[in-house]
Amino acid sequence: MELANIEKLIEKYESAETSLKEEAVLKTYFSQDIVAPHLIEYKAMFIYFQESKEERFTKTIPLRKKTSNMWWLSIAASVALIFSVYFMNSPSGLTASEKQEAELALLETQKAFQLISQNLNKGGNVAMASLSEFEKAQNKVFKVKK
Amino acid sequence: MKQTEFLNTVLPFKDKVFRLAKRLLVSTDEAEDATQELYFKLWKNKKKLSDYKNVEAFAMTMTKNYCLDQLKAKRSNNLTLVHSNYKDDNVSLQRDIELKDSVARVHELIDELPEKQKLIIQLRDVENYDFEEIGKILDLQPTAVRVALSRARKTIREQLIKQHNYGIS
Repeated sequence: MELANIEKLIEKYESAETSLKEEAVLKTYFSQDIVAPHLIEYKAMFIYFQESKEERFTKTIPLRKKTSNMWWLSIAASVALIFSVYFMNSPSGLTASEKQEAELALLETQKAFQLISQNLNKGGNVAMASLSEFEKAQNKVFKVKK
Repeated sequence: MKQTEFLNTVLPFKDKVFRLAKRLLVSTDEAEDATQELYFKLWKNKKKLSDYKNVEAFAMTMTKNYCLDQLKAKRSNNLTLVHSNYKDDNVSLQRDIELKDSVARVHELIDELPEKQKLIIQLRDVENYDFEEIGKILDLQPTAVRVALSRARKTIREQLIKQHNYGIS
């Protein structure tokens, strides 16, 4: 492209009136090795713009943050807590035969306890009897002394 | 929106998002973090994405807002980084050392521009958006975009000439 045209475009460029197409023309002009010496500053600018555009984002894009693991963990923990409380408070999960068995076991246990307490009572009576025997003897002794 | 569909709409402009973030935040690491953060935000709002006609413009607006917030937070924390010894690896292909210096200098000059002009230079001269799109992204009238762009371009050129003449005399 002729230098006169480039100068015109540059003037428009300075007042921000160039279209994108015209700016592309300037870009190709200034990517040549040799440009008009009075326009050398623009060469630096256009080269800089071009090089800047070549920069790439090379890292990966995480759609889930690391902290979101914690989030899931807290949900799992609360779910576990709710379930455990729920199961502890409601033994309704037992079947009818299991219930019967449990009642039977209760009766057996009660019987066993009854037996123990009866025997304890017996033992108590025996002890009381010997205590009263001892009292009799004591009374005799004190009477004699009197 | 399924994951693949989401990625197909959103991945094509990931480099643009990254470059805009880098323009504002300067450091590559921070720009990468910002890009990841932004895509995570987009993913969280994926249901709303189909409501937007121009997802790319929407994402660029989000990027701009996010980075400006980051900068504000950093400034209030008194952690402003001064990149006076900034080195740009991108210019290594240039044979001419003087030109190479000037190209690196362009980067510094853009860095010194006000934020609005910085954004507009990035969107127009690097990413080649048209004025309507830039207006949409930055919530500005297209004429206001032109005025700021013209000012930015003139400033860069004048500063380059100044430096050039200083080198000669």
